[in-house]
Amino acid sequence: MHDDNALLSRLRAGDENAFAAFVAQHDGALRRVARTFVRTDAAVEDVVQETWLGVVRGLDAFEGRSSLRTWLFTILANRARSRAVRDARSVPFSALEDDDGPAVEPSAFDADGRWTSAPLRLDGDPESRLLSGELRGHLLAAVDGLGRDQRAVITLRDLVGLPAAEVCDLLDISEGNQRVLLHRARTRVRTALLPLMEVTR
Amino acid sequence: MRLRWFRRGPDPLVCKEFVELVTDYLEGTLPAEQRARMDAHLAECDGCSGYLEDMRRLVGSLHATPEPPPDPETRDALLRAFRDLRGGST
Repeated sequence: MHDDNALLSRLRAGDENAFAAFVAQHDGALRRVARTFVRTDAAVEDVVQETWLGVVRGLDAFEGRSSLRTWLFTILANRARSRAVRDARSVPFSALEDDDGPAVEPSAFDADGRWTSAPLRLDGDPESRLLSGELRGHLLAAVDGLGRDQRAVITLRDLVGLPAAEVCDLLDISEGNQRVLLHRARTRVRTALLPLMEVTR
Repeated sequence: MRLRWFRRGPDPLVCKEFVELVTDYLEGTLPAEQRARMDAHLAECDGCSGYLEDMRRLVGSLHATPEPPPDPETRDALLRAFRDLRGGST
């Protein structure tokens, strides 16, 4: 929130560099989330653009009751939801329409429910290959490969970093649904990354 | 058989359950007793300890992953709008 105050002052003062940095930081995630509400590239483009314009127009009225980030994504969710309704594309978020199998392959466990062999680690290297540039693209690709509802939740929670309660509000889902979707999303992203790891054990 | 009473408390948790509860564990939403079962399992299972660490690292990496920047055309259009609406400085 402290950083928010500094950024908010700069934005209100018309500091273009601050705005450019704010856009660079969040535009990709806005697109990613917009795509979970609306279907076409054109609609995503419109919704994200309307969101940024809404931010610029709303800076003076913003009361700082939430973080700037939450405010930004709330504007996005509102615009995207209206657009989806207008395009007759509105489908509520839910953990139900989603797959409901076990998140990890059952074959990884023996009859007693123990790992048949030690699970492959994402990263055996203390230099943390997972954080290397090479893998960042794979992380985003893995997120993009998820179903819509899982993608919406993991983007807002883990990529953007919003708290659970705010994500529930934005997507209009229960805490339980939010947690189920987050769990499946994280587990599947991990599974998607495993083939990229060298077998080092 | 009379020693059965010796195994008191809840059943121990197995790896298969652990991986399904790992998000609840990280979110801090588990009841205390369930959390204690997870902690007891972690203390004796390297596989699940590694799995938990992986999940923590995955979340950290996702948060540290920068999104691709907007294309220059979009960015310039937004900056023009910002300039027009805020009449600002540079």
